[in-house]
Amino acid sequence: MPKNIRNVSHFLRQLLRNFIPSLIALCGFFLLCGLVLLVRGQNPLEFYSVILVSGFATFDDFGYVLFNATPLIFTGLAVAIGYKGGLFNIGCEGQLYVAAFAATWIGMFLKLPSVALIPFCVGAAFMAGAFWGAVPGFLKAKYGTHEVINTIMMNFIAFALMNYLVTSVYQEPNQMNPQTPPIHEAARLPRLASVLPFVTQSNPLNASFLFACGCVILCHIFLSHTRWGYELRLVGNAPDVATYGGINTRAVIVWTLALSGALAGMAGVTEVMGYRYRYLDSFSPGWGFTGIAVALLGRNHPFGVLAAALLFGLLSKVALDIEILLNVPRGLFLAGQGLLIICLVSIDGFSRKP
Amino acid sequence: MTTPLGFAALGGIYSERSGIINIALEGMMLIGAFGYVIGTQASGSTWIGMLVGIGFGIALALLHAVATVTFHAEQIVCGVAINILALGITEFILPTSGRVAGLPQWQVPIIGSYSFLVYLVPMLMGISHIFLFKTPWGLRLRAAGESTETLATLSLSRAAWQYAAVILSGILTATGGCFLASEVHYFTKGMTAGRGYVALAAVVFGNWRPLSGVAACLLFGFAAAFELANQWNIPVQLLNSLPYILTMVVLAGLVGKSRPPASLGKMRT
Repeated sequence: MPKNIRNVSHFLRQLLRNFIPSLIALCGFFLLCGLVLLVRGQNPLEFYSVILVSGFATFDDFGYVLFNATPLIFTGLAVAIGYKGGLFNIGCEGQLYVAAFAATWIGMFLKLPSVALIPFCVGAAFMAGAFWGAVPGFLKAKYGTHEVINTIMMNFIAFALMNYLVTSVYQEPNQMNPQTPPIHEAARLPRLASVLPFVTQSNPLNASFLFACGCVILCHIFLSHTRWGYELRLVGNAPDVATYGGINTRAVIVWTLALSGALAGMAGVTEVMGYRYRYLDSFSPGWGFTGIAVALLGRNHPFGVLAAALLFGLLSKVALDIEILLNVPRGLFLAGQGLLIICLVSIDGFSRKP
Repeated sequence: MTTPLGFAALGGIYSERSGIINIALEGMMLIGAFGYVIGTQASGSTWIGMLVGIGFGIALALLHAVATVTFHAEQIVCGVAINILALGITEFILPTSGRVAGLPQWQVPIIGSYSFLVYLVPMLMGISHIFLFKTPWGLRLRAAGESTETLATLSLSRAAWQYAAVILSGILTATGGCFLASEVHYFTKGMTAGRGYVALAAVVFGNWRPLSGVAACLLFGFAAAFELANQWNIPVQLLNSLPYILTMVVLAGLVGKSRPPASLGKMRT
């Protein structure tokens, strides 16, 4: 029994040590936001109270927080998995668009009952995201070109391609918005409002949040308790050791980015199958890039990612509320997010500095 | 079309030649355009506007340099963060709409009348080429990017050269942003629309050399101009993505060979 307690306390201490930079950066973030408001001649206390009220006042508010967090969980996981494998996936934004379109396409044209159609849609999105991630992976493994440049390029190719498909090929007739016709009823994920009595019917929280939580657990098991997860981490930490140990490093690079792309693609699924039920051109408010912040803040650990995504879900709800209530443009949070990342990577770099 | 790309690409070349990856070109360009509009609106003088724009560019570059050179932060993540920061700042203090004056134009026979910055690009391209490849300072700057040790053996500071290169990168890129704002006469959020990334592609496409880098910008600029005079009904989006596809192909070594500075992105040996 005492041994167990020692294990737990060791675990907690380890946890604390890992997340201290995140906590410092976060406190700095909130202090800075308050300071900016003070300079603008507003009461920062008002701002802090808005944070609490807008996120936790009712079940409804909390539902919105979870809804906002859902795509960020996926993009955060995508970046984190890539990072563990020593690869930067800056291409989440493009991957999630491609995957969202794949899901929409299947959802529009395949006539099947829900039980079959939903897995088909998710599977198509998974494949599309994986493909979009695997291309830079392949180029890296085969030609040694840096994945960052290629994932960025693939982003822009995805934007252009999707824009073309939506505006020129699958545009919904008689519509001003660049969007496709809706997907079949059968391909839509149920809203939690239809199950939970204490949430209003308009609340957009849907089953994809549960799916996201499931993926967090799966990713944790995958990374820490499977052979492939071990190979991935080894290639990320010590590629030479991995090669010496007989691991096919190139293959690992390709499937790591493919997996990362597929996870990013699931963020597109949450939008299409859980919320909008159609593909709207450039629907993402930068989830792919926020995913980088989420992964960093969560120290690239699946559970950390979940916590960080919930926090960013809260922040994006707060951003909307302070814009309405306190007339503070939401750019403040965007700028704060940028500074937060810079602080975190600086602390990281500094602590690893010889 | 080529001018803002050209400035940003030259900026990217200096930074990357010194070994610091600069994804932040996009943000630096945006903040340059923003500074130009803010400064011009506040003072009424386009020159002061340009100074403010460049000043903002330097500030962002300094932030990037402090984080990456002094604190050894991940250069790519830091660059992305700076882009987010720039987007946030410009959205937070969005300038009041209203036209601002453009920069003075130079009348040149045959070519016509353009902003003086347009003529500055080929000049800077030539100067940069000579500086980087024909002077001892250029050699040192490149040495900072090629190996982590060479400068140390000469008892020169690698960090100092990297600081200088990143700040120069900020100045050039922000100037490109000033040009962009002075041409359209106003600021809208996210107005650079990925030009920083195109410039980055041009740097890679041009093999990290000023002459071919600017030439790549010209090619990408042509692709953009081409789409205006599109007669064959090729989807505009396809033409738009041509620079990106080309860059990937070139990087893969399928057409020609592109070689990055050896210690690009590496802070330790």
